[in-house]
Amino acid sequence: MLRIANGAGFLGDSMQAPRRLVEAVEVDYLTLEYLAELTMSILARARQKDPRQGFARDLLPVTRSLLPTLRQQTRLRLVTNAGGVNPHGCTRAVAEILVAEGLSDLLIGVVGGDDLLPELNRLQSTGQQFINSQTQQPLDDLACPLLAANAYLGAGPIVEALGRGARFVITGRVADASLTVGPAVHEFGWSFDDWPRLAAATVAGHLIECGAQVTGGYSDRWRDHDLTNIGYPIAELTEDGGLVITKPEGSGGIVDRQTVVQQLVYEIDDPRCYYTPDVVADFSQVTVQTEASDRVTVGGAAGKPAPDSYKVSMAYQNGYTASGQLLVYGPDCLEKAAACGRLILARLEQDGIKLARTHVETLGAGMGVPGDSSRQAPREVVLRLAAQDDCREAVQRFVEQFAPLITNGPAGLAGYASGRGLVRAVLAFWPSTVPKPLITPTVEVKTAAAWAEEERI
Amino acid sequence: MTGEIAVGQIATARSGDKGNHANIGVVANDGPAYRLLQAELTAARVQSFFAGLGASRVERFELPNVWALNFVLYNALAGGASQSLRIDTQGKLLGTAILELKLPLSNNG
Repeated sequence: MLRIANGAGFLGDSMQAPRRLVEAVEVDYLTLEYLAELTMSILARARQKDPRQGFARDLLPVTRSLLPTLRQQTRLRLVTNAGGVNPHGCTRAVAEILVAEGLSDLLIGVVGGDDLLPELNRLQSTGQQFINSQTQQPLDDLACPLLAANAYLGAGPIVEALGRGARFVITGRVADASLTVGPAVHEFGWSFDDWPRLAAATVAGHLIECGAQVTGGYSDRWRDHDLTNIGYPIAELTEDGGLVITKPEGSGGIVDRQTVVQQLVYEIDDPRCYYTPDVVADFSQVTVQTEASDRVTVGGAAGKPAPDSYKVSMAYQNGYTASGQLLVYGPDCLEKAAACGRLILARLEQDGIKLARTHVETLGAGMGVPGDSSRQAPREVVLRLAAQDDCREAVQRFVEQFAPLITNGPAGLAGYASGRGLVRAVLAFWPSTVPKPLITPTVEVKTAAAWAEEERI
Repeated sequence: MTGEIAVGQIATARSGDKGNHANIGVVANDGPAYRLLQAELTAARVQSFFAGLGASRVERFELPNVWALNFVLYNALAGGASQSLRIDTQGKLLGTAILELKLPLSNNG
């Protein structure tokens, strides 16, 4: 039986969870999932400013926190997509830590080849149009330069890195579920056309990829279980594709039918076709049964042949955005908040500034969900305005309009002590695909010492 | 008896994003609850409950073995995680909101 745990569901997740998880229970693999579309483009901007950046820096303190366990549990392996748009930079930074701590011999495998930015001209010259899968436009129609372009690789290169002895596997953009499928294929020796088993491992990966969301986190039943020391998930897989979802004994939260099913249907569309580079998994006939306390058996996953192209996500800058907030108090707070919103925009207009897009929300009155209206008059609301425009200066003028209201707007305003909102670039996406044969995933496995040496060159 | 029942009395829900589309997974507490949701929690009812989102279309998928329905609300996120100006850029609140949707209870329901 193979035990694969997940200690991070996104970049920004708990920094203590990975250590707590592996200290509480022995697992074979710890996966750390850090990437989302938006994360990739934020990392791409970081790389633009400094070519040594562009990876999930959270991995560095997390690696430090895992050192005692890595020494004790010599079988424990780590698979993570923390590499972002710079897996080699990430690896060198991790290697420096390992070398400084005397783990120079630890083998680190790096999976790359997902970054299409350097390849784009070549690919376009071979006739690849990178049709936008939402708008059907060819990439040539896009006037702005791309910040990032990454193919979602599958489990194959992870399997290769593990086969070559890597104890850490650091990848760039790999499909989330493939972080789990890779170890399963490596350990069980499944073939890459064993669709039912690949589907079972894909379900496992999908269930644990968001960390504590499958162990009682983000639940409507938040009153029922202490979440202080919430346990992060473990998938127990068997050679025949059997799967149990569990969490460390004594940890907080819960694993039951409801938490597992809730995660099964999280961020999916048609449950009959969950696309990954490894398999098209069919969730529609999946069965979920509580086997014991905090142990849930999952079966019934079916699989169809993997798609013949990789999903591609490209990011580009689309103007600037900023937001600002004010607390508006009093029995007339709703009307007053609306008036403040109008004032801010009217004062900009008076100076000839017309923003391309603006949005006004009165938080506290139900507007967190557009169209919802307050059932009771609130005593206070937070007025929030956001704007987007191609002109950075116009957005800057927008954020400057909030604080003055404290003296030149209506009475009963507060909460602007934290200063002006920051103007930041808007990142937009261009979703597309690329035929698999045009992409060559790369795998390099070296000792931490060798990777760290490369850093100094 | 006749009357109304809120989704949250018989199910839990969680929502998230897929680009500019939102999804809401509704998981019934038991078999009878699933059958009620299957009959009454239609795509049309969800689209009208969330009219303020301006979704272009709502599609419903069924997972009968696990008593779950999955709703996809197309183009509901005003640009999605990167471009939306809403505080809830990713539609995270929609799962909590749908718990308040009231369904009619019929005699045989």
